[in-house]
Amino acid sequence: MSLSEQFYSAFIKNNRWQLYLQGLGKTIEVTFFAAMLGLVLGTIACLLNMQRSRTGKRTVLSGIAYIYIDVIRGTPTMIQLLIMWNVIMAASKNKILVASLAFGINSGAYVAEIIRGGIQSVDPGQMEAGRSLGLTRIMTMKSIILPQAFKNCFPSLLNEFITLLKETSIAGAVGLAELTHASDQISSATFSYLMPLMGAAVMYFAVVKFLSLVFGKVEKKLRESDNR
Amino acid sequence: MSDTAMIRVKDLHKDFGQNHVLRGINYEIQKGQKIVLVGPSGCGKSTFLRCLDLLETPTSGEVWLDDIKVNDPKTDINKVRQRMGMVFQHFNLFQNLKIIDNLTLAPVKLGLMNKEEAGEKALELLKRVNLADKADAYPHSLSGGQQQRIAIVRSLAMNPEVMLFDEPTSALDPEMVGEVLQVMKELAEEGMTMVVVTHEMAFARQVASKVIFIDGGLIQEENTPEEFFGHPKNQRLQDFLSKVLA
Repeated sequence: MSLSEQFYSAFIKNNRWQLYLQGLGKTIEVTFFAAMLGLVLGTIACLLNMQRSRTGKRTVLSGIAYIYIDVIRGTPTMIQLLIMWNVIMAASKNKILVASLAFGINSGAYVAEIIRGGIQSVDPGQMEAGRSLGLTRIMTMKSIILPQAFKNCFPSLLNEFITLLKETSIAGAVGLAELTHASDQISSATFSYLMPLMGAAVMYFAVVKFLSLVFGKVEKKLRESDNR
Repeated sequence: MSDTAMIRVKDLHKDFGQNHVLRGINYEIQKGQKIVLVGPSGCGKSTFLRCLDLLETPTSGEVWLDDIKVNDPKTDINKVRQRMGMVFQHFNLFQNLKIIDNLTLAPVKLGLMNKEEAGEKALELLKRVNLADKADAYPHSLSGGQQQRIAIVRSLAMNPEVMLFDEPTSALDPEMVGEVLQVMKELAEEGMTMVVVTHEMAFARQVASKVIFIDGGLIQEENTPEEFFGHPKNQRLQDFLSKVLA
């Protein structure tokens, strides 16, 4: 088959291009929900886990946060996804939900460590200044420390989201028709690998590029307070 | 002990691990007094100051503000801190907020003023230190001297009854020390109760009601500035003064 024939059979014939787009849609959907879940879980886990370094004591919640971060980072995402699909959520047929949960819980552990780095990079004097004015720890955390921490760890968070997007490509293992799965199906149907895989790669790259551009703009906005 | 004292410190000890920084400090500060603490570095003067508003928790002993025991676990420390301003060596302005928001954050968050009142008061305070034009700037864009003057008025925005200064000019370039000391002098003239840790002996001489020499975690000498600098009795104070005034 010539390249143009391969292109035709991979994208045009039988309106196959729609399959990629549907796959891409699912990829983005799962990534979005997982990123949101990861951000929330990660922030909570981070604050709970950091309680210990502050007070020297581990509460039950703080212990759970520590174990969560430790176990999730210490086991493969694929295993976590399969456990979610075959064991924990075995009763659910909603693949998007299961994948979002699995990837979100996975991402949360990494986000927790990213945010910890962000918080620790904020000058301790900022907390002291807040407390010295009579603000509570939580008020100071919310208004002063976390905004600066998020700014500091913004590039790492973007990195995490990019990783997350690409990692959803293993969700085909539980039969979710995301982008990689779609391109794989088309490869099998057309007995040609080059075009479907290249097509999927280009789409992943386009989304990552778009994310980077948007994040770059936001980061610039966040850095306003650093301008001299 | 007199009942009129505003701040009373009784047998204050502070350990950092094996390091006994404060070894039993007793002192009383009257309303309106300007107390200047001097001493060699590592002598515990900053730790003493930070114990007053519990930025450091004393290992033992008592700190009282009027009839409130500051280091009682049942005391609402945030309420105490609203009455005590603290100025840090490194200014510690909130880096993510504009200058005006640095001043209004605490009064608004703590429900003492609404946003407009706090904004007006903040502008008034900024005018007082000739920095009203910096209201919308971020701390990063200002010089050290400007930042420290703003840090002082940020504390004043809370209407504190006493101001604590922890080496407020030590991190400044020499040409900026004067502008910060000037603000502190004006504050002293208005009758503010002040506790100041500093190496600026001229300031101590000019402004202090009492000067305290701390060494080895204890108050070694306390006197009026005239006596303190003119006729120091403690041997270690004499050595210290001969070094810093040389």
